[in-house]
Amino acid sequence: MEHAAASSADFWVPFAYLVAGVLFILALRGLSSPATSRRGNRMGMVGMAIAVATTLFTHDVVSLPEILGAVAVGGVIGFITARRIAMTDMPQLVAAFHSLVGLAAVLVGAAAYLNPAAFGILDTLTNEIHNASRIELGLGVAIGAITFSGSVIAFLKLNGNMSGKPILLPARHVINLGTLVAILGLIAWYFLLPAPSVAAPWLIWVVIGLSFAIGFLLIIPIGGADMPVVVSMLNSYSGWAAAAMGFTLHNTAMIITGALVGSSGAILSYIMCKAMNRGFLSVIAGGFGADAGPAGGGEAKEQRPWKRGSAEDAAFLMKQADSVIIVPGYGMAVSQAQHALREMGDLLKKEGVSVKYAIHPVAGRMPGHMNVLLAEANVSYDEVFELEDINSEFGQADVAFVIGANDVTNPAAKTDKSSPIYGMPILDVANAKSVLFVKRSMGGVGYAGVDNDVFYMDNTMMLLADAKKMVEDIVKSLAH
Amino acid sequence: MDFISILSIFVMACFVGYYVVWSVTPALHTPLMAVTNAISSVIIVGALVAAAESVAPTAKWLGLIAVVFASINIFGGFAVTERMLAMYKKKERK
Repeated sequence: MEHAAASSADFWVPFAYLVAGVLFILALRGLSSPATSRRGNRMGMVGMAIAVATTLFTHDVVSLPEILGAVAVGGVIGFITARRIAMTDMPQLVAAFHSLVGLAAVLVGAAAYLNPAAFGILDTLTNEIHNASRIELGLGVAIGAITFSGSVIAFLKLNGNMSGKPILLPARHVINLGTLVAILGLIAWYFLLPAPSVAAPWLIWVVIGLSFAIGFLLIIPIGGADMPVVVSMLNSYSGWAAAAMGFTLHNTAMIITGALVGSSGAILSYIMCKAMNRGFLSVIAGGFGADAGPAGGGEAKEQRPWKRGSAEDAAFLMKQADSVIIVPGYGMAVSQAQHALREMGDLLKKEGVSVKYAIHPVAGRMPGHMNVLLAEANVSYDEVFELEDINSEFGQADVAFVIGANDVTNPAAKTDKSSPIYGMPILDVANAKSVLFVKRSMGGVGYAGVDNDVFYMDNTMMLLADAKKMVEDIVKSLAH
Repeated sequence: MDFISILSIFVMACFVGYYVVWSVTPALHTPLMAVTNAISSVIIVGALVAAAESVAPTAKWLGLIAVVFASINIFGGFAVTERMLAMYKKKERK
């Protein structure tokens, strides 16, 4: 903004950024209902266009062709990716996008460090970066780097390039805390130094390096089931990184957006933790699913009797029912069963059966994952209900059709104090007159590693097969 | 702008964010993450500032690379959000 000489520009430039910030608020506001959400998204686009245009108009841009080229390259990559990505891969895509925000923050921070005059953070008297800007810059690159490397690990885990199992280093808490302290200490030192460019030009690079390392170290011990929290948390970090850069640049659009995104991610993490009845710190500490182990119900479970059903049995049972509640989980996403599931729902509705969907907040690998997949399969959103809205209805339902969800239906969360999932709110499928449980085999017992009593109830029928194949078979036998 | 006015904007925006995000329906939490992703790429403003200058070539190139990454996010984030939101339909009554 130093470049704007005229006094009218002094007003209009910050004003334009403020408008962009307000449009971003309205973009999120639109998401309060599916009906207004698309208008909101457009407002976000307009806000971004204003922010970019304002920046380009108010700087003496000498490298416009290069910049437009860079935008074009990025734009095409982004657009094609967004078009082609399968909805089941949304968690990976979001993690990948987070990593880019983080990396962009690091690059911008490094550029500001190398060319502080362009960013207006140079103290003209001492020819050093302002003290306040140093701390903002340090925090910005640190958070950005953590977001980047953490998101890369989250991406690899979600994409299956890396095992979803927690990787536990010995003394990891000591290593992590030590690294964090070192990062903060270096930023504080950088802040206090009278002339950092002479004394310690390497400081900022060490901060970036250590932050990359801690992002990596923080995410590797966290298991697959905790990914909804991790993805939300990284979402939050990417916001704080943008906010820190906004402080450096004195840019209101960046500050407002950073605060919005930061609180958004924080709230989502909170909702996810609450839905698992876990403390945020215990998720961050990691190791869930590895420590739990199969020690508890491990041996007993194989001996208990359970009933196996066929697709025909399931079709018959549901045809006779008045109401069916479908409970989808990660297993549905993995086998891409959502389209077949919607077909099954349509056929049942034709038979006069009432069909509803019940979604647990942590079903899937990111917040709202199941809702998107059902929407993709053309399930109308007024048939899809959240846990607290539908849980009381299981008592009146004839059939609860559980597909690829395990821990979120496990009554042990209510009864067994020693269970790792104790206290987690669950969908009370056991209250339905009968339960159909689609599962690949009796072996795997969810991510928490706990056996589920629902399998062995008298009114439960286990449908052991790939979720998609099973639902397609049910559709076939419903059709004639 | 002095530090305290910037800090005020930041704190107020955190509160706005808090209330706005709690009003987002849980069914749209995935689009929420995608769109917050897109808007947090407003960091492109910083990248453009760096890329616009040619005094410091390294800084300029870092800026240009950041412009590419941020653009991927902006276009990809808004487009995928749009694609998802288009899927949320109400039942057509026959």
